[in-house]
Amino acid sequence: MAAENKLPVWYFIGWLLLIYGILILGAGSGVLAAQAVSETVDSRIGIWWGALLIAIGLTYVYCFRPGRSGDKGLR
Amino acid sequence: MILGLYLMQADLGRLIHLTWVDAAIIAIYFIAVLGIGFYVKEQTQTGDDFFFAGREMTAWVAGLGFLAANLSSLELMGWAAASYQYGILAAHWYWIGAIPAMLFLGLVMMPFYYISKTHSVPGYLKLRFGESTRTLSAITFAVMTVLMSGVNLYSMALVMKILLGWDIHLSIWVSSLTVAAYVALGGLRSAIFNEVLQFILIWLGVLLIPIMGLRETGGWSGLKERIATNMGSTDYTHLWSTLGSFQGNPMGIHWTGIVFGLGWVISFGYWTTDFLVVQRVLTAKDLRSAQLAPIIGAGFKMLVPVIVILPGLLGLALLPQKLMGEAAAVASNGHSYNEVLPLMLARYLGPGLLGLGITALIAGFMAGMAGNVTAFSTVWTYDIHRALFRPNASDAHYVRVGRWCTILGVLASIGTAYLVMQFLSIMDYVQALFSFFVAPLFGTVLLGMLWKRATPAGGFWGLLLGTLASIGMWIWGRLDPGALSIIALSPHAAGMAENMYRALWSWLVCVSVTIAISLCNAPVPEKQLEGLVYGCTAIPSAAAVPLLQRPVFWAIVVSIAFVLLNVVFW
Repeated sequence: MAAENKLPVWYFIGWLLLIYGILILGAGSGVLAAQAVSETVDSRIGIWWGALLIAIGLTYVYCFRPGRSGDKGLR
Repeated sequence: MILGLYLMQADLGRLIHLTWVDAAIIAIYFIAVLGIGFYVKEQTQTGDDFFFAGREMTAWVAGLGFLAANLSSLELMGWAAASYQYGILAAHWYWIGAIPAMLFLGLVMMPFYYISKTHSVPGYLKLRFGESTRTLSAITFAVMTVLMSGVNLYSMALVMKILLGWDIHLSIWVSSLTVAAYVALGGLRSAIFNEVLQFILIWLGVLLIPIMGLRETGGWSGLKERIATNMGSTDYTHLWSTLGSFQGNPMGIHWTGIVFGLGWVISFGYWTTDFLVVQRVLTAKDLRSAQLAPIIGAGFKMLVPVIVILPGLLGLALLPQKLMGEAAAVASNGHSYNEVLPLMLARYLGPGLLGLGITALIAGFMAGMAGNVTAFSTVWTYDIHRALFRPNASDAHYVRVGRWCTILGVLASIGTAYLVMQFLSIMDYVQALFSFFVAPLFGTVLLGMLWKRATPAGGFWGLLLGTLASIGMWIWGRLDPGALSIIALSPHAAGMAENMYRALWSWLVCVSVTIAISLCNAPVPEKQLEGLVYGCTAIPSAAAVPLLQRPVFWAIVVSIAFVLLNVVFW
């Protein structure tokens, strides 16, 4: 049944957050290296937030990966 | 990719400047939502799949979809602006203006929606009060939903033009056609799937503002001190203590208007009878999930002020420039209240994070528009097309009509957006029109569910006269400015109070007329009310369900948190 092959929504969210995390971490590292931000922007925040997104993304991708639980559907 | 390049090249905006990383993040978001639409299309074969997501959602997914459909970029920016203007009073729209109603929906009303197996709120009215009430409700809902969607679409495109320099036509067409594509492909299943994604992105995109802002002010007490210094008053950080009189608070409203107008009629009307949000809960896989979904939604709704109200208050405390109304901002080339959230985004977020923040605003808009379009498509297909034109067509026919309705709904929204662009005053009229139907509809559905003596004639005339009363009061207010003091019962009432009291009066008219006419008619036999009305419906007992899985347990937890929040910020 097609229903048994459905991937949970959290799996897609995991991949998106992982990609976003990598991009934001990379951009944050560039900012930190160049010190090219205004006085109200904390130059480390991109690195911290990027790392957080990567951690959440990896957790979701791992926990909701295909085949881990057969018929999760859109959970 | 083309979109990403455009976003960078068009970055001549006045407020926010994007880098290639920001543009890539926005472009990836568009690819992701369309990809989900294509993926879900394979699983969308029947009418149940398209209109009700197969009725297989867990409480979490239905609950987050329920909440996300209510969010929009305007909701985020509008209420951040309101909190800059009125202070923490704006949080009433998230707490007393939402939480009790959402809990009531889960515990009291959902069993009737779910057990009756209705496909929509107008569908429930057909079962309870007959065809005429359903038709009145369905047509007004369908038309108003599309018009509201168009107004939101125009406003979003205008904001993107002001903030980022994006072409207004491109914003309208790209964002709305993206919504049309993923909803037409996968129906409600695709919309909910994306709404959960959008909900997460909204939080992750905006949450840094309160974190960084509170760090800068030295916490909540530092924030209060700065606002008191800047505004010369402590009124902006109290939720209830300033509501003893109309003159005592920045909003010009009395606590009776907040409690009875907002907390009772408007909030209950919206959260329990607006099909846009109720449709998400009807997708739940069983009754317990359907009851839990609004309760989960209520838990998260209580937290939304963190990303909406707090940024507005932080703007009040930290922004060097004074924000003003739209007209004054245009005249003086300054910044309007509506720009407070983007200003705070620009204040704290660097490359990459800025793209995520803008993506959050776009995601909010899309979640709201998809909510409008799916609700419109379902009501039009089942409550207008099937009821009035093709009652016995095949399931495949209705799915086809639903897909076309999705596309036509989006095109009608685009048409409305262009109409608003030409005649700006239409926006006020459309928003007023929508408000006419919420309060009376709540009266009709509430009596329908809880009072078995209510009759079809009572339901129809109550709904019609309640709506006409609301329209009449609104016209009166436009023709005679003195009407406000009579409708709101005080010469000191401000514009915001009018909506509250108008809703209250129109609800009372609806309920009074329904009761009076019903008592003059013969009662409906109880046999016909099974599954529709309290006292005639067998509701499954939760006695065998473990405590931690019972909706009532979580409703109590949410209620305690709700009371504590109101006391803490009193």
